[in-house]
Amino acid sequence: MNYMKMEIPARSENESFVRVVVAAFVARIDPTLEELNEVKTAVSEAVTNCILHGYDNSEEGIIWITASLEGNKFSLEIEDRGKGIADIERAREPLYTEKPELERAGMGFSIMENFMDELYVESALGMGTRIRMLRSFGKKSWDNH
Amino acid sequence: MQVKLIRRKIGLIVRLNGELDHHTATVFREVVDKELAKDIVQNLVLNFDNLTFMDSSGIGAILGRYRQVKAKGGKMVFCGVSKHIKKILQMGGLLTIIPILSDETKALASLH
Ligand SMILES: Nc1ncnc2c1ncn2[C@@H]1O[C@H](COP(=O)(O)OP(=O)(O)OP(=O)(O)O)[C@@H](O)[C@H]1O
Ligand SMILES: [Mg+2]
Repeated sequence: MNYMKMEIPARSENESFVRVVVAAFVARIDPTLEELNEVKTAVSEAVTNCILHGYDNSEEGIIWITASLEGNKFSLEIEDRGKGIADIERAREPLYTEKPELERAGMGFSIMENFMDELYVESALGMGTRIRMLRSFGKKSWDNH
Repeated sequence: MQVKLIRRKIGLIVRLNGELDHHTATVFREVVDKELAKDIVQNLVLNFDNLTFMDSSGIGAILGRYRQVKAKGGKMVFCGVSKHIKKILQMGGLLTIIPILSDETKALASLH
């Protein structure tokens, strides 16, 4: 298994940086451009949620990102120690947003679910939130031989 | 991200260059809203030819501008939409309310 870990301050200017780093990590298993775009979008949704909701746009707090690859299986964890989610089931519903006044669409979780194979949300009020996403890429390498 | 405005009699062309996310959506909002507030144009063409990335922040920001345009009786159309951007727009339900044209010329023509 190969992995990488990083931590960044919860500032919106870091969103594009994390997307690029995770994309570079995944690039070694030769994903298609489409797969790479989907991973980048899922990363962006999770990191934006930490900044915007977890830390309420205060631009303070830390976000932890862990990515790992085992063969063609990719796993990604994104975590904040912010305010947490009161009702995870409701939060995951398409179009649900707590911040309509900030022009949020409530589509972040739906996009993560769409672009990744599996999505797990762990959260506790006042403690923080951890998102875990799994995705397998293309064919297994031995299929190509 | 850079936002370039081209003012035409029939409407305003907005060319987006770079990535549209939570961080850059602010620029997009400010630039477009300032222009809409002048009440000179009613119609908006969003050209995504040079947009390399978009997430749900883009959906929210586009919907916000759409509501303003609609309230003033105007139209909004998209052009230069890549496969990936199209997927995001579709998930956000935008393609049922905003048409996609292949390029700026066709987009402008569709406003007549
Ligand atoms: N890290 C987090 N910490 C606290 N609350 C969260 C977190 N992530 C998501 N939420 C809650 O889940 C809701 C739904 O999240 P989702 O990403 O689907 O939509 P959104 O962020 O509100 O809008 P969009 O992603 O379309 O901009 C949020 O409005 C928020 O209440
Ligand atoms: Mg979100």
